[in-house]
Amino acid sequence: MLDYETLRLIWWVLVGTLLIGFAIADGMDMGVGTLLPFLGKNDAERRVIINTVGPHWDGNQVWLITAGGAIFAAWPAVYAAAFSGFYLAMLVVLMALFLRPVGFDYRSKIADPRWRNAWDWGLCVGGLVPALIFGVAMGNVLQGVPFYLDSFLKPHYGATFIWALLGLLNPFALLAGIISVGMLTMHGAVWLQLRTEGEIQARARGVLGWLPLVVTALFALAGVWVAFGIDGYRIVSQPPLTGLPNPLAKEVVREPGAWLTVYRTLPIAMVVPALGLIGPLLVALLARAGRPGFAFVASGLALAGIIGTAGVSMFPFVMPSTMSLNSSLTLWDAASSALTLKVMLGAVVIFLPLVLLYTLWCYRTMWGKVTVADIEERKHQAY
Amino acid sequence: MIDPLFVELSRWQFAAVAMYHFIFVPLTLGLIWILFIMEAVYVMTGREIYRDMSRFWTKLFAINFALGVTTGLTMEFQFGTNWSYYSHYVGDVFGAPLAIEGLMAFFLESTFVGLLLLGRDRMSKQAYLAVVFLTAVGTNLSALWILVANAWMQNPVGAEFSAETMRMEMVDFAAVVFNPVAQVKFIHTVAAGYVTASMFVIGISAWYILKGRDLAFAKRSFAVAAGFGVAAALAVIVLGDESGYELGDVQRVKLAAIEAEWKTEPAPAAFTVIGIPDQKDMETEYAIKIPGVMGLIATRSLDKQVTGLDDLIKQHETRIRSGMIAYGALEALRSGDKSEATRATFEQHKRDLGYGLLLKRYVENPASATDAQVLEAAKSSIPDVFYVFWGFRIMVGLGFLLLGYFLASFYFLAKGTLENKRWLLRLLVYSIPLPWIAAEMGWFVAEFGRQPWAIGEVLPTFLATSALTVSDLIFSIAGYLIFYSVLLVIEIFLMFRFARQGPSSLHTGRYYHEQKAALSAQPAE
Repeated sequence: MLDYETLRLIWWVLVGTLLIGFAIADGMDMGVGTLLPFLGKNDAERRVIINTVGPHWDGNQVWLITAGGAIFAAWPAVYAAAFSGFYLAMLVVLMALFLRPVGFDYRSKIADPRWRNAWDWGLCVGGLVPALIFGVAMGNVLQGVPFYLDSFLKPHYGATFIWALLGLLNPFALLAGIISVGMLTMHGAVWLQLRTEGEIQARARGVLGWLPLVVTALFALAGVWVAFGIDGYRIVSQPPLTGLPNPLAKEVVREPGAWLTVYRTLPIAMVVPALGLIGPLLVALLARAGRPGFAFVASGLALAGIIGTAGVSMFPFVMPSTMSLNSSLTLWDAASSALTLKVMLGAVVIFLPLVLLYTLWCYRTMWGKVTVADIEERKHQAY
Repeated sequence: MIDPLFVELSRWQFAAVAMYHFIFVPLTLGLIWILFIMEAVYVMTGREIYRDMSRFWTKLFAINFALGVTTGLTMEFQFGTNWSYYSHYVGDVFGAPLAIEGLMAFFLESTFVGLLLLGRDRMSKQAYLAVVFLTAVGTNLSALWILVANAWMQNPVGAEFSAETMRMEMVDFAAVVFNPVAQVKFIHTVAAGYVTASMFVIGISAWYILKGRDLAFAKRSFAVAAGFGVAAALAVIVLGDESGYELGDVQRVKLAAIEAEWKTEPAPAAFTVIGIPDQKDMETEYAIKIPGVMGLIATRSLDKQVTGLDDLIKQHETRIRSGMIAYGALEALRSGDKSEATRATFEQHKRDLGYGLLLKRYVENPASATDAQVLEAAKSSIPDVFYVFWGFRIMVGLGFLLLGYFLASFYFLAKGTLENKRWLLRLLVYSIPLPWIAAEMGWFVAEFGRQPWAIGEVLPTFLATSALTVSDLIFSIAGYLIFYSVLLVIEIFLMFRFARQGPSSLHTGRYYHEQKAALSAQPAE
């Protein structure tokens, strides 16, 4: 049977997979939402854009819900410290996300242009703001978060209320936020090139002429910054990994370049950042060559590479602390019990393949170019 | 120390976002099955009107569903944002059903709902029926897992506290899933959703009948919902969750509070129909009682007693004292004491640790609490009886009223005199909000009745919060309430608009408003 150490490692991979799944599936809707007011010049065009994701956004959003649930179950300590530590930021994310279900569903119900225009901007905010804040949060996690655990393991924070929110806005975190917006917008543009034709498709392709290059450049810049400008974390000593997890029992130091250690000890890991650098370039090439299907795959790999780089560089940390280094949470000591991890692994093994199967079936059923003529014909049924 | 205002605000926020979410959930749970019935009749008979019915009620379903999704997003993160100690303390057990809900149920529901709303003309009618069915299964399974998690808060089985990890850990997953409280709660909750949806369809259909529009459409919708409603209302009442009230101390306390049974009465106990419970003097003023009935309902027997609050508080006092010892031993263990004796003491008193934690409201170190503090904690170990007592009575009263409506509707429909019973039709229209009130009351009784516990006998609510500030809470409560209320107003506006249009909103040309428009467009001869 799987031992506790292996189980915890598997769950690190699984949480990463769910987050990447969220970026690939729901990040696409967010990117499409961000682009909506800019690529759709009139109501019919905007309806075309919305209907490329109309039947799928809700299923896609479940990746976020499931990732949230999985972090709760597999890393309760992270779930507890992260969402309360980023309290107001999370509130803003949720409020932006609220605009999506209603935006998609209510927009077409009333023909008034002011009504529709308002929802278009709502969908734009609902895509852009969460993408930005998730990126900013990741940028902060890489630098360490101001929290500590008391002896009963309750998380406390260095700042609360508006000060906690303002503390998140530092240059590196903003760069991470912009990368996040850039990559998801790129992903959305690839989807639009794939599922539309004519004017909208041309505009999406236009965006893909420059945006992926910006993503690669900024990602490279972030890499340099991490190497030379940000201190990483290293575990000096910790109790044996076979024992029960205790986040306060290890000793941690902060030192320059520590986030690159993994690439020295395990050179193969460099594949991950390489994907993040090359993926967007491939997207630009394939989009230009008129191969949006392949571009979509490349875009997915780019997202996996960029998100994966953050996770792999920090290994085994998942939420380092600036206030009390030893309170930093790692995949070893933030994990739940062996039984819970085992039960949850069973659930993933059974249900995730099923989810992927019926999701693909749904996409296949709704496949084909969405066109203005098509929307005119089904104007009372379509979004 | 614990700031009571901060705890109050945290509770108000959770209550507000959960009750808002629960405005939309019951209708989704039930209406999806009504859509399935209509669609199934269409597939079997091929009659167009049933397809129109399914399509029209799907429009209303979608308007409600959007806000269910919106408010549901909050719930997935609410424990982490506002109940971070809760999340750490019980995430090992409580997180699992939530994650499995996502994987097994919510994915199913949300993936297929897209096809339900937009994919009808992309597939055969049999395939579409399957899509409706899968959405319904997803929706209802979702409720199952959420209630497995919730039932564990009421009756925390299958888990043990670990002093090393300072949290509850799962020891028996099957016990968590097959928690008997979860099963009764599941049936009761989904059936309440079916009642809500039936009332919704009946009420709106009654309005069309009153207006004399689209009668064939309205009466068929009415018939489907009335049949479904009778069955659902019977299920809600017969399978009410009283049967779960013998399990675990929290449930026993809740039962005694619901019945305002201050002192243990000899079996079978009398049922207090109404009265004014007075927490301070522990008695119920102006009580009207029916001898014998309560014992019968609650214990399903003539000789078992229902323990009164007075005796429960005495039991709690003993357990608080034992919990003080557990807490002292735990502190010693946490600070490195490895002696066998301390370990043995802790193991012996571990099950009362939660009771010891109740003292944290009064004293930093429960092991050093005074007698007065112990008595105070014991006295506060039950919920405020007045609200539980009346919440329950409002819920049950409405439940019986709704059953009466469904039976009357069904009877007159079968007799063919429904259209003449304008009083009944009018009553049905105005009664549309009632099942929502009953459902919210049911939720309130279950969760308010659990106080002072977040997790029954394990973790007091006031310890479960995040280390945030009152400003954080005021800001977020205001944010949620304003945002939700604006969205709710929009939702109700759309709901009224489409309900008024009725099946004419399908643009088939076959229904009232379009027919009228077509008639008036013809030149007079």
